[in-house]
Amino acid sequence: MDTLILGLPVAYYIAMIAKVLVAFVFVLLTVAYATYAERKIIGHMQVRLGPMRTGWHGLLQPIADGLKLFFKEEIIPAQSSKFAFLVAPLVALIPAFISFAVIPFGETITIGGYQIPLQIAAVYDPAGDRVLDVNVGVLYILGMASLGVYGIVLAGWSSNSKYSLLGGLRSSAQMVSYELAAGLAIVSVFMLSESLSLQKIVADQAGFAWYAFKQPVAFIVFFICSLAEINRTPFDLPEAETELVSGFCTEYSSMKYAMFFMAEYANMVTVCAVTTTLFLGGWHGPAFLPGWIWFIIKVYFLIFVCMWIRATYPRYRYDQLMRLGWKFFLPLTLLNVVATGIVVTLLK
Amino acid sequence: MLGAYLPIIVLVAVAAAFGLGSIILSSLIGQKKPSDVKMSPYECGCDPVGSARERFSIKFYIIAMLFILFDIEAVFLYPWAVLFKRLGMFGLMEMGVFIVILFVGYIYVWKKGALEWE
Repeated sequence: MDTLILGLPVAYYIAMIAKVLVAFVFVLLTVAYATYAERKIIGHMQVRLGPMRTGWHGLLQPIADGLKLFFKEEIIPAQSSKFAFLVAPLVALIPAFISFAVIPFGETITIGGYQIPLQIAAVYDPAGDRVLDVNVGVLYILGMASLGVYGIVLAGWSSNSKYSLLGGLRSSAQMVSYELAAGLAIVSVFMLSESLSLQKIVADQAGFAWYAFKQPVAFIVFFICSLAEINRTPFDLPEAETELVSGFCTEYSSMKYAMFFMAEYANMVTVCAVTTTLFLGGWHGPAFLPGWIWFIIKVYFLIFVCMWIRATYPRYRYDQLMRLGWKFFLPLTLLNVVATGIVVTLLK
Repeated sequence: MLGAYLPIIVLVAVAAAFGLGSIILSSLIGQKKPSDVKMSPYECGCDPVGSARERFSIKFYIIAMLFILFDIEAVFLYPWAVLFKRLGMFGLMEMGVFIVILFVGYIYVWKKGALEWE
């Protein structure tokens, strides 16, 4: 156990690979069953049953859907730009599945005398008895969210179809607009946490000192803007079926279509996890349950809220969407930053 | 620091392998019966009219430009926010000036009608 590879013990590599694989499979399963949960929850909210045929109450539906998509014909339109068309689903999928790397999902656990922080991009430092994580975790998440836009622009442009192009353009304009408001909303959290490290932000919120209570405006604006950034209802204009067929992924089929679908749901899981971490105390909760269970409960609750919103609200019109982002949320977040600054300085 | 960043690279590799693997697998086992009509761009069943590589609304370009301007300003706010408590009153005043300048630009953009969608 004392052998060092690149200055790190072997136990580190075992723990790291185990964490990566467990978290990846967990997110993948959550994504698969979020599609099922969405159909089931919206079904019941509309007094329907949702999927019922595959397995008990349709529990095998995501697996059946996945298998079906594997066997579907792969259509690459004759006039498309082939390389960009093939790469676009990957460019959308990979950032969606790697941004949860910096999110702490539990307290540090000890296995065989070796301390393992429950956060993928982190390592325990025995010398200082603390967890070293990526100290710009929030910037990493914002960066990955921005990368996702490329996949959608590429998909829309490379398909060489009018619906795809319009969907891609609308989607990218929407995503960048709301990314701005979401990015500004969380500035007021950093003013209180004095750090961009998610470990530090979670540690600050121990004992129900959630940032959602100290920064309610930032919390609500961030969550709504994130819904818009990941194209969830009521902001799902890029895929507005009644106008744009299927938006940027109109020309996609088979697994390549499934990748955009998975990326969308993975983004939803990530957004809910980030909101939990920044505003709802992360994995902190009453001690009778371990931290990672609290974390999962909070994230699943937010995912439920996303679906609830989808069942409740009609879709925005494009001009309303842009007005809300640029003329309401943007000045509101700036005012929130100024107000936080004044209050914090006066209280000192 | 390597210990904290290495897992991200591993995760990228896992996600890329998953994505590539499922694309390759589906193209191997999926059926292939291409035809001229199937390979043409989808336009609700009609023959496609013209090319999709047309000019599009300048609005999207303006939004992209405004995004870059305001996003850079947001990026300037991050380091200030992290150091805010340590900078005290001086930091607050400095950033007040910065945000006022930002607001002037924002109002200019608004009055010019760049945020309108008709």
